[in-house]
Amino acid sequence: MSGHPIPQLRRVSLLVLWAALAGMFAPPAAAQVVVRAELLHTVSGEPLENAVVIAGADGTIEWVGPADEATLPAGVEVLEAAVVTPGLVDAHSVVGLSGALNSNVGAVRDQDQLDTSAPIQPELRAIDAYDATERLVEWVRLYGVTTLHTGHGPGALISGQTMIVKTRGRNVEEATLVPARMLAATLGNAVSSNFDSPGTSSKGVAMLRGALFRAQAYTARMRDAEADAAGGEPPAPDLTNEVLGRVLEGELSLLVTADRATDIAAALRLQREFGFDLVLDSAAESYLLLDEIRAAGVPVLAHPPMSRVRNGSFETAARLAEAGIPFAIQTGFEGYVPKTRVLLWEAAIAAANGLGPERALEAVTLGAARILGVDDRVGSIEVGKDADLVLFDGDPFEYTSHVCGVIIEAEVQSRECR
Amino acid sequence: MQSHLRNFLPVLALAAFSAAPSAAQDEVHVFRGATVLPIASPAIESGVLVVRDGAIVEVGGPDVPTPPGAVEHDLTGRVLLPGLVDSHSHVGAASGGDGSSPLHPDVRALDSIDILSDGFWRARAGGITTVNVMPGSGHLMSGQTVYLKLRDRGRTVEDWLFCDDPLAGVCGGMKMANGTNSMRNPPFPGTRARSAALVRGLYHEARAWVERRLAEDEPPAGRDLRMEALAEVLAGDRIVQHHTHRHNDIATVLRLRDEFGFRVVLQHGTEAWKLADEIAAAGVPVSITFIDAPGGKEEALDWSLEIGAVLERAGVDVAFNTDDFITDSRLLLRGAALAVRNGMSRAAALRALTLVPARMLGLEDRVGSLEVGKDADFVVLSGDPLSVYTTVEQTWVEGRLIYDRSDPEHRRYAVGGHNVYRTTAAEEESLRRLLEGEAQ
Repeated sequence: MSGHPIPQLRRVSLLVLWAALAGMFAPPAAAQVVVRAELLHTVSGEPLENAVVIAGADGTIEWVGPADEATLPAGVEVLEAAVVTPGLVDAHSVVGLSGALNSNVGAVRDQDQLDTSAPIQPELRAIDAYDATERLVEWVRLYGVTTLHTGHGPGALISGQTMIVKTRGRNVEEATLVPARMLAATLGNAVSSNFDSPGTSSKGVAMLRGALFRAQAYTARMRDAEADAAGGEPPAPDLTNEVLGRVLEGELSLLVTADRATDIAAALRLQREFGFDLVLDSAAESYLLLDEIRAAGVPVLAHPPMSRVRNGSFETAARLAEAGIPFAIQTGFEGYVPKTRVLLWEAAIAAANGLGPERALEAVTLGAARILGVDDRVGSIEVGKDADLVLFDGDPFEYTSHVCGVIIEAEVQSRECR
Repeated sequence: MQSHLRNFLPVLALAAFSAAPSAAQDEVHVFRGATVLPIASPAIESGVLVVRDGAIVEVGGPDVPTPPGAVEHDLTGRVLLPGLVDSHSHVGAASGGDGSSPLHPDVRALDSIDILSDGFWRARAGGITTVNVMPGSGHLMSGQTVYLKLRDRGRTVEDWLFCDDPLAGVCGGMKMANGTNSMRNPPFPGTRARSAALVRGLYHEARAWVERRLAEDEPPAGRDLRMEALAEVLAGDRIVQHHTHRHNDIATVLRLRDEFGFRVVLQHGTEAWKLADEIAAAGVPVSITFIDAPGGKEEALDWSLEIGAVLERAGVDVAFNTDDFITDSRLLLRGAALAVRNGMSRAAALRALTLVPARMLGLEDRVGSLEVGKDADFVVLSGDPLSVYTTVEQTWVEGRLIYDRSDPEHRRYAVGGHNVYRTTAAEEESLRRLLEGEAQ
């Protein structure tokens, strides 16, 4: 655990102790749930044995520390578990847009991650499609995912926007953490199977460059018009250029799905040309370009180890870690059975293939939260962060261990072992 | 009836087709020190396995002596399991019937399978030694499956067969399917009831064909490849490997079995947990593809991770398969481990990877357990078979080492990477269809 909260925690304990001695004991008014762990992975610091987390009614963590220093508030539910981790952060998924039924025909159409009417559609917002009640949202939550970066999927040059949600809530408003976080782009021949044009990888890059240059010009004209009334008429409002402009300004990252080394290199080349904030997605052959990716300072959302991507490797995550490249593990997109992957089990394969359990846990908690820019809220167990916790009866990555509880912002979502 | 039927099939001299190049090995090997899980008998600590001529000659405790001249292998700290049996896979990209008909009893997977495909390295690296390679589920009857043994130095499919002669023997099962995958435009069925009617019509035709032949004194002058294969099914010699997901489709399979008396394995059986007692009463086994989440198609929405436990409690024989590419042959052990997570017993889960699938293929006299007289097919694991941290260290088939993780050329298949798994055009096509959401 990190050092700074300790003095503050001690003060809280002493205060409560004093209150108890004075015969006027009352729990801290805000305490909502207490979790006791034989082993607590804070992720931000060393694991703690026999530790306690006190979560408040405001949904944040009030206190973390050794059980023998904790003063448990009365009248509050205490959950116990062998192992407790932060809520898992899935660095990239399409859950909530790409439904379990996998149908785009007839009455039921639940595949909202890709529209094929045009290859570049940055104006498509994830918030207009996310279904908080979709059954796969519950599925991934039951296996520990509390924060989900989801939205438009691969398959178009730009398929649309992504967003960050908590895996709870009855509707998108209740679930949303960040309404627009990245634009989802895809390079390589995968795009060509969905569109007449681009028909080649080079054509795809040319089309993207053209769109980004048009957005630059649009943004410049808009700025001129704002700065000086004599600067000319502002351009007609255009959603495509407006959203691409936000990428050029660094407000939205460009999430580029690129698996072949050729396509990864093309993404790095685009980033050098336009200077946007690039995040590499899937990146099966990233192990061929480790030096280049590190030099560009670009983070990688590594393909799920068990995904059927060509030239993927169970060791991709380990290679990225050894190269010192910021990375996270994600569940990505699946076009068939299984319709989503389970983050915990993908991280387990990485853990068992060179990454090791500690780095694997970081890759699905704090590491992912940092790349998504939400590490001030989620990803570790620290005072002031969201009380998102997962309870296990053993090593989280072991096949035969169970998730025995999921808590989001101090609310217990599930408590059956599975 | 069986022997009569055989009279009608051309009797070929049993050529020297016992194709196993490995069987020629006359060295004696002793594997000592591992925790041996024979499956058909209790676990043995510090166990000993003795192998001669590709067969098991002794299984026992530390007291089993090393015969003079034998090669000793120290497996202290390891776990030794029978070679895994994958009762449903698509490695080698075997094709089945085409779009001309929904029913292709005469089409053989063995005529198209590519046994040099890199995909078989996934199987070796996963500890699989026997595999049932199936044509797809896009037909009511897509053709004959093929049972393969992943013998060392195989060059053609003949080197890997269980049967003695592909021209005279039964070398696999009969792939059938119902539900949505096999429903499309005519001549394919458009409904479930039409699917069942087409299958019933074919089996009635086959039954009449068999009865006619039995009534005649002379064998027929010509061949009927479709009817001959179905006669093998009706005789119980060729097992029906039936793709089926939904509870009502499973009930249809059981009804067809009652009507025609064939031996059948329910493949996938996604909703088998809803009919556990009925399946148990019918004595029909279920070969499960263990997937990580429900959905991907309507028929897979009610997938339950507790399926193994529910079927075990009901008394149904359960196996796990890879359905490779759906799941990865390197991870067959994983499905059993997740079933244990969800309430299945460890013993049943380990049987579900070995002896039960061997029975599903009718190969239990040869493979599936470590017993004297059976083929020396086994896997050396670094630890607990159900742990994610365990690796397959070695895979042995008929006394020969076919996969050795300590060899860098083999290890790369365990982890993957750049051009490790080169895909053929046929594999590329089936993978493309899979990833783009077209049913296999």
